[in-house]
Amino acid sequence: MWSSVVEVKYKVGEKVKVMKAYPLGHVRTPFYIRGHVGTIERLCGSFPNPEELAQMRDGLPAQPLYRVRFRQKDVWPDYRGGAADVLEVEIFQHWLEKA
Amino acid sequence: MSDRGKYQPLSYFQLMEVTLRELLVEKGVLTEEQVAAEVQAMRDRTPERGARVVAHAWTHPEYKERLLENGTKACEELGLEIPALKLVVVENMPEVHNVIVCTLCSCYPRVLLGIPPDWYKSRSYRSRMVREPRKVLAEFGLEIPEKTTIRVHDSTADMRYMVLPMRPPGTEGWSEERLAALVSRNAMIGVAVAQRPATG
Repeated sequence: MWSSVVEVKYKVGEKVKVMKAYPLGHVRTPFYIRGHVGTIERLCGSFPNPEELAQMRDGLPAQPLYRVRFRQKDVWPDYRGGAADVLEVEIFQHWLEKA
Repeated sequence: MSDRGKYQPLSYFQLMEVTLRELLVEKGVLTEEQVAAEVQAMRDRTPERGARVVAHAWTHPEYKERLLENGTKACEELGLEIPALKLVVVENMPEVHNVIVCTLCSCYPRVLLGIPPDWYKSRSYRSRMVREPRKVLAEFGLEIPEKTTIRVHDSTADMRYMVLPMRPPGTEGWSEERLAALVSRNAMIGVAVAQRPATG
């Protein structure tokens, strides 16, 4: 679909860590999830990088986008609720590293 | 502030909208008719569209599988065009309850649910639903048993989410139309469950 696409790095079930970075500009990685470890739930496809689109560039090569599943108790140490409760967030591959 | 009905100056953003719209029309980029048609199209999208999809999935198990596999394609089967948007449908089950939020802005499956309610866009809902979903759901009148897993979906990028609620008991043999009437907007966001049929 896109003229250039970054190669997919992670598989479903693999553990990944969201980078703890604070770049300026338009970013689609919420602050609260940076630095946390989760597992890949699914690959959503590849999409132009929104950080580049916000700068009026074409966002290519397209970045793989994943849905990453986090345990609520890992994200919020004081979380009140079942130990199985989870949070799923869409994260672009360039924000992930192997955990 | 208190004297309603009196002349109110436009707010900053209202003024910006009017200015931009008038400039676009003046420069020939858009016509007034196109703007009006788009506003009308937006108003025509109502949660009944999503409810139709839910009722069809409840009555057609093979359709439900396709809907969970690829939401966009499955909606097209029902004649609902979802342009440039990837729809992910998540299924509620006795052991899993799903709920949707967008912490970054207010991403919402407008083609199926129409214009989002104000509370969905509020800072309070957006920040609290990821952190204390059980408490927020209780405020909506929904007590989720401790043993049920809650899955919160933060709609942060290109996907849009819709919850497929559980079919209420006592609706065996119902028509799709009748079933659809039990499916509220809130049930498809995940802050409610499908209505139970009236008894007695």
